[in-house]
Amino acid sequence: MLSEIALVAGKDLRVELRSRVALNQVAPFALMVLILFGFALDADRATLGAFTPGLYWVTILLSSVLAVHRSVAIEAGDGAREGLLLTGLRPASIFLGKALALIAQLLAVAVVLLGGVAIFYDARIDDGVLLVTALVGAVIGVGAAGTLYGALLGGQRARETVLPILLLPVLSPVLIAATRAFGDAMGTVAVNGWSWTSGLYGFAAIYVALGVATHGALMEEN
Amino acid sequence: MLYDDLTVSENLDFWSKAAGVEPGQQRAAAERMQINERLYDVPVRSLSAGQRRRTSIAVAAARRPELWLLDEPHAGLDQDGRQVIDDLISDAAEAGGAVLVASHELDRAQTVVHRTLEISGGMASEIVNPDA
Repeated sequence: MLSEIALVAGKDLRVELRSRVALNQVAPFALMVLILFGFALDADRATLGAFTPGLYWVTILLSSVLAVHRSVAIEAGDGAREGLLLTGLRPASIFLGKALALIAQLLAVAVVLLGGVAIFYDARIDDGVLLVTALVGAVIGVGAAGTLYGALLGGQRARETVLPILLLPVLSPVLIAATRAFGDAMGTVAVNGWSWTSGLYGFAAIYVALGVATHGALMEEN
Repeated sequence: MLYDDLTVSENLDFWSKAAGVEPGQQRAAAERMQINERLYDVPVRSLSAGQRRRTSIAVAAARRPELWLLDEPHAGLDQDGRQVIDDLISDAAEAGGAVLVASHELDRAQTVVHRTLEISGGMASEIVNPDA
């Protein structure tokens, strides 16, 4: 099963290396959103500093919609989705492989955005371990939920517009928990960031399990 | 069934591994479809329609399926490519496979099929190929 997961993930990452959608479109979009937040808040350093965790995660979630859409679009053309079903690959392997590739791309965007908030918002990090742990847990959750909802809408014509309507509310627990955990890691709020981080991993575990259990049925139905 | 951003070789490699096909079969299928080796490193999005179709059929042929569903397999192919498809269909049938071909070119199709079902105006009439 591990070789199947690596095969699917490697294929999606190779497609990304060739097309550079995450690098040339998603990351610049995310940085642009950060800059626009700065304009909206009148570039007030104190305000930006206080709201950096929330602005950072809103930006990540908006960017994730683009990344999920791209992940779905890879399989949408030329009957690739049906082809995958006919190969005999386990649906769980397809789900985990696609989720893994999406998580890797989102992590890359998240790292670029950390540089963005450091430069534009003058953000500082008090607890790097907490920040990285929360970041990884949140991105796994976003990647797993995104892959699951991508499969749900894969065959729909209006998926570009329906995907954010369905996905963003589902990801609101990630926004809340990751913002609190980052707030603690950046010293902007006095909360226990580790308890919020454990919630992020719980969310990720639920969506990984849901995806493994239902991906085959979703691919066949859609 | 091809990924536009991957090369011919990467597509063949991915689909063969996904289907558990040995690398030798994949290369044999590509040679059978007369895919020139210089095309192996070309992204699929840069291929002509005929080259793309040959690559698609090579991906399918490498798996040696028992059931083939071919929709207009000759479309976009030159004379050589059409002959390769005809040979492939004949060989698949001789090897015990079932091949279902949908085609508008009845004269062409009838040279390789054992039975034809002509559909016209929503009505179907079965004709047994006299050469079968």
